[in-house]
Amino acid sequence: MAVNVDARGLSCPQPVILTRKALQEAGGGEVVVLIDSMTQVYNCTRAAEKLGWQATYEEQIEAFALTLRK
Amino acid sequence: MKKVRDFFASRTGIIVVGLVLGGLAVTLQRLGNPPNMGVCVACFTRDIAGALGLHRVAAVQYLRPEIPAFCLGAFVAALAFREFRPRTGSAPVVRFVLGMFAMLGALIFLGCPWRALLRLAGGDWNAILGIAGLAVGVGVGVQFLKAGFNLGRSYPTRMLAGLTMPLVMAVLLGLAIYYPNAAPKPAAAAGQATAPAPTPAALFLSKEGPGSKHAPVLYSIGAGLVIGFLAQRTRFCTVGGIRDVILMRDFHLLSGVVAFAAAAFGMNLLWGQFHAGFANQPIAHTTHWLNFAGMALAGLAFTLAGGCPGRQVFLSGEGDGDAAVFVLGMLAGAAVAHNFLTVGNSVNAAYAVVIGLVVVAVIGMLGREKLSVAR
Repeated sequence: MAVNVDARGLSCPQPVILTRKALQEAGGGEVVVLIDSMTQVYNCTRAAEKLGWQATYEEQIEAFALTLRK
Repeated sequence: MKKVRDFFASRTGIIVVGLVLGGLAVTLQRLGNPPNMGVCVACFTRDIAGALGLHRVAAVQYLRPEIPAFCLGAFVAALAFREFRPRTGSAPVVRFVLGMFAMLGALIFLGCPWRALLRLAGGDWNAILGIAGLAVGVGVGVQFLKAGFNLGRSYPTRMLAGLTMPLVMAVLLGLAIYYPNAAPKPAAAAGQATAPAPTPAALFLSKEGPGSKHAPVLYSIGAGLVIGFLAQRTRFCTVGGIRDVILMRDFHLLSGVVAFAAAAFGMNLLWGQFHAGFANQPIAHTTHWLNFAGMALAGLAFTLAGGCPGRQVFLSGEGDGDAAVFVLGMLAGAAVAHNFLTVGNSVNAAYAVVIGLVVVAVIGMLGREKLSVAR
């Protein structure tokens, strides 16, 4: 699994800023974001959906992998 | 469980919680908390600093049970939803300084962002200057964030480190229950001109002034626990609300903040607690530029630290050691504010605001480090 953004350990609103930047640069396709709290899962999902991406997440050890597709 | 979790994360969830929080804040005022203060995190942390003797302004000393209850409510919510994660290491000492100056700014205005809303909802128009200042401070903070400001990553740490703040708060709560009231001043004995000094209690407690006004301790604790629990679930945050709108036109958090103010306004009307005007507002002053500048300083510092004071207390209950250090910084800031006479003295306050803005802006500039995407 390719990881495009590792935002583990970053506090608000860094994960969202990095995710938005990655999505805007990619323009489409698949982007994987690593985060470490449900707060960030919700925040990044909301930010991605606003940009027209679809999000799914998967719980890992001490992290969540958020897969964003467009 | 997932359904409950998703409800709290939804737009409806945060609006409902905003309404409950605003309603509880005004209810506590009716039960005895100072007017338009409800559950002000800055004022109450200042009162706790006073109760512990970190400053000696007799009018603002009371061990407000709401603050420890916020932390413990969030702690319970984090445990119940498996979100308690001990973590630390994201520039704690910088966060301490940010907490200090955020507190200075907030106390110059006389309130945290929550109280700014509660003051507005009570008709105190000075709050408009404060909220405008807050928005400008957050706006400047967002520019630093866009330029790459960050305080670095935190890392998982030992359970002990995550439990420390909730334990400290539990001890404070114990003290608040054990010493609910100021010791009565002993009467003068026969033949004695003046009464002897009261026996020192463990805490300094106001006999008059805002510090002496409080709801019954168990109501304060109950409301505090509920607020802590709900706010942890929804990540309710006033500074985050303004920030997300400026940063990406996201109104999620702000809708909760607006609901908070609306509920407070409605209940103030209902109970006749709404008095509109600039002059003669409770625990307020009318030096407009200081109301604006104090809150601008607070807004900038809160934005760089990632959240409003309430949010920092809730995060400390989730095991976030960096937020805990920020809260301790606020406690120190309260002591600085009163020991250096920066509150209630506009000359000193002006110096404090300027120094604060310079320090926080320097932190904002030096913290612009490019973060590597992989670690």
